Formats: sequence, C-alpha cells, structure tokens
Amino acid sequence: MTAALSIQNLQKTYEGGFQALKGISFQVQPGDFFALLGPNGAGKSTTIGIICSLIRKTAGSVSIFGVDIDSDFPAAKRLLGVVPQEFNFSQFEKVFDIVATQGGFYGMPRKLAEARTEQYLKQLGLWDKRHTQARMLSGGMKRRLMIARALIHEPKLLILDEPTAGVDIELRRSMWAFLEEINARGTTIILTTHYLEEAESLCRNIAIIDKGTIVENTSIKSLLKTLNRETFILDSSEFLSKAPVLSGFECRLLDGHALEITVEKGQSLTEVFVELKAQGVTVTSMRNRANRLEELFLSLLSEEKEEGLD
Amino acid sequence: MSGQLTWISFSTIFRREVRRFMRIWPQTLVPPVITMSLYFVIFGSLIGSRIGDMGGYPYMEFVVPGLIMMSVITNSYGNVVSSFYSAKFQRSVEELLVSPTPNWAVMAGYVLGGVARGLIVGLIVTVVAMFFTSLSVENLGVTVAIVFLTSTLFSLAGFINAIYANSFDAISIIPTFILTPLTYLGGVFYSIDLLSPFWQGLSKLNPILYMVNSFRYGILGVSDINVAWAFVGVLIFIGLLASWGLYLMSHGKRLRH
Repeated sequence: MTAALSIQNLQKTYEGGFQALKGISFQVQPGDFFALLGPNGAGKSTTIGIICSLIRKTAGSVSIFGVDIDSDFPAAKRLLGVVPQEFNFSQFEKVFDIVATQGGFYGMPRKLAEARTEQYLKQLGLWDKRHTQARMLSGGMKRRLMIARALIHEPKLLILDEPTAGVDIELRRSMWAFLEEINARGTTIILTTHYLEEAESLCRNIAIIDKGTIVENTSIKSLLKTLNRETFILDSSEFLSKAPVLSGFECRLLDGHALEITVEKGQSLTEVFVELKAQGVTVTSMRNRANRLEELFLSLLSEEKEEGLD
Repeated sequence: MSGQLTWISFSTIFRREVRRFMRIWPQTLVPPVITMSLYFVIFGSLIGSRIGDMGGYPYMEFVVPGLIMMSVITNSYGNVVSSFYSAKFQRSVEELLVSPTPNWAVMAGYVLGGVARGLIVGLIVTVVAMFFTSLSVENLGVTVAIVFLTSTLFSLAGFINAIYANSFDAISIIPTFILTPLTYLGGVFYSIDLLSPFWQGLSKLNPILYMVNSFRYGILGVSDINVAWAFVGVLIFIGLLASWGLYLMSHGKRLRH
C-alpha cells in the first residue's frame, strides 16, 4: 500500500550552518492518526515546513500518497492540508472570506468553495462569526478557523502543528472529537502537540524526534508496553506525619494527605493497597503523577541526553 | 495545475486584492484625489494662470496628463508593495505558498490588483480634472495602452520591492527616494524643452519621462520624446521585472526558508 507520507533521509541545514534535520526517515500509513512529538527545537516544524513547501530541504525525499514533491509539488499540495503553529491569515479579513478564498487558491469554483466554507464553519462552531474580522476572534476560534481553512479542499493528509495550544480543555476536547470524526471518514492525520495526553488518546502511531533525529518510531501501544515504571499519587483520608514504609516500593510523603508511590513493571498495585490498609491508611483516590506517554517521552529524551554525554 | 484551476486561483487573488483596496477606500482612493485636486488648484489654476503656455498648451491642460500619470504610478506601486508586504508580515502569504497556485499566477494576481487600483484612481483623478479644464483625447489607443503598461510596470516594481522588504521602512525607501524624485523630474510639471541641453540629456535617462510624455501625447498630441521608443522601453522593462519577480518567487527569496 502506498504510504500517505513517506520521508526518506530528510536533511535540513539552515543558512548559518544550523543542522535542524540530520537525515530522518519515517512513514505514515493511509488512515492513520500519527503523532510527531519532540521538545522545542527538535525539528518538528522544520519537517512540516518542508512537507508543505515553506522550507526548502537540503537533501532527502518526501512523497505524499506516492507523489514526490520534487517531481510534482502542485499535485502533492492538493493532497495536503496544513494547520500551522502560528496564526497565518490576514487579521483584517472576514472569517468567511478567509476560508472561501483558500478554496479559490486550490482552483475550487466559488459556489463550491462557499458551500464547503459554510459546512466547515458550522462543524467547527464558527458560523455565527462568519462576518467577523479574524482579529476579533479568540485564540481558540482562530485555531478552528485555520482547521476549517486547511480542510476546504478536502485533503487526504492533514497535518496539524500544535492545534490545541492555548485552547481551554472543553474546547480542546471538542476539537479532538472533530479530528477523530474526520479521521474516521478516511483523512490521514499527523499531529504535533505538547499535550502528550492528546497524543496518547488520539494517535495510533508515533515518531519522536529530538535534535534532528528520530529517536522512536512505533505504535503508541508498543511504546507504552516499554514503560518500566509508573508513578502514582494516592490521597489518604488520614493525616500522615511520615511516609509509610512499603516493602519493594518507593514511597514519599507529598503532604499530610498525599503519597507518591513508584511501581516498577511486574509489581502489583494490590500489594500497595494491602500494605497501606495494614498500616491503617485509607486511600480515597489515586491518579498518575504524569501522563504515561509523558513519562516515556521524558525517559527517552533523557536516555538520548546521556548517550550524547558519552 | 490545469488551465481552468489556475484561472480560478489567479482570479481569486485578483478579486481579493480589489476587495482589499475597496474595503479601505478612505486610505486608498480618497487621498490621491485630494492631493491631485490641490495640485490642480495650486499649479493649474493659481500659479498656472501666471505661467502661460507650456508646450503650446495652457499650463493647466499641459499639467493634467502628467498629474493623472503620477497618480497611476504611485498608486499601482503603493498597492502591490503594501499588500504583498503585509501578507508577508502577517504570514498570510503562506496561504498561497502552500497551495498549488503557480508562481506566475500569484505575481499576476497581485500585479493586476495594483493595475486595477492605479486605473481606478487615474479615472477618478481624470473626472476631477474635468472640473478644472476641458479634456479631449487625441489618440485613445496610445492613451489606454500606455497607462495600462505603465501601471503594470510599477505594480511589478512594487511586487519586487515587497519581496525584498523586511520591514515597513523598506517599503517606503524606494517610493520616497527614487520614485517621487523621478516622477517630479519626469516632465510632469514642465516640458524638457525649457532645460539646457545637458539637463535635457540627463532627463532622457529618466524612464518616467517617456511614460508621462506618451500619455500626454495620447491626450494632447504633443510629446518631448519619440512615443514608439517609449512603448519599446516600457515593454522591455516589464519583461525584465516580470522575469526578476518570477526568479525571486521560484527561488523562494525572503518567502521560503
């Protein structure tokens, strides 16, 4: 099957010598919901910039549904929609015009562009704002406007560069639902995000990029299986003056009513509860200290750092 | 991209450009009309009546074609340079760069937008001028062709200026230090016959002189220069600037990293 996105040995060295990408390769399969993660400055936005032609690559190849960007970039662009990290629309244009005009740039007749604009503005809750100048929108509305604009030509591959940055949790969840819906309809989605909870709940496959190289490229399920330890916060109904001693577990007292317990792979949480009960501690609630993917992400990056020091 | 899709794309850019300058008409269409009206009153009526004839015509009749051309030049240039640079500044140019629209269609859309504003302002100024003097067109073909080509030429120049510009200061340098002096010294207000041979020779190096005089030839039927050469020169400059603009676009100069 032809990959939705195929990147081979992609390199980018900026003027001044900074090497942002050191020969990365990965593939995204059609219909996938794919996470491209990495710390700030890792090379995610450079990769996206090259795919959508805003950045010129130094070496390597990129193809979208089998169309090589070097041989037929216009055809490749028709298959691609991009939601960038920064707002990149005219602040003085009206919401409806921004989306409908983008349809025109893709060669869509005006009537079709207007019908699609109405469809996507309604789906994204912006129809009431269609006559409003873009600068008057809230941050969340501006992000949704960019999603509507990217979808106007109904691309087969949609890339979203931190689409929920600065968006409140309620709106973020409605955007997730919308993205899941368009993915279910067959659109391949690549997502970069700093909210690892977002990647864990939405994406099936993942590539982690750091300092211009791919440090992990697998399914989220297999990646989470490699998680060796998890840290939980347990709330107790009793006031605790010191941390209980639990055999085989690291246990720290956070405050009088909260404990932090680290559970290694193969250990059972039941043992923790049994030992705490025996010591007269009643657990009222429990949560992960960090998102599981976040723990893995941090451990992968710290491994990289240690290897770098060697 | 097929011809029909490219046409839609190009006309979308053009329509957006027209919509932009029509939306802000108090900034784009009114000021040149006020400025030119003041020129007509001061240079044409007040001072002009004491100057007498110029090139065989009353000063008011002589100066009107030059002033119309001046407004066409400055508005064509100003429209494209400010619109395209603003698109760069707000990064909305990326909407076009990520789309399959060919580079030539992007450039042509912006340039024709500049031409549209130049011609609309020129038309309004012409109507205002008719309150001050009677205007008759000696050669309609030359008049329309030279004003269209001149507007195209300066729209292209504005487009190139916008590509190179990296600040709002940079888009005012060329209009202030090059375009305005060349226009004022390009035979708008006087016939170069008044100048000594040295200054006449120097004036003939100014390309705007040829455009202003060709337009005046179309209106009045008199010119300081050979109109045919003016057309050849303008077409050559259009070819050079269009090639330069396309080269910059295809190499992503100041547009892609």
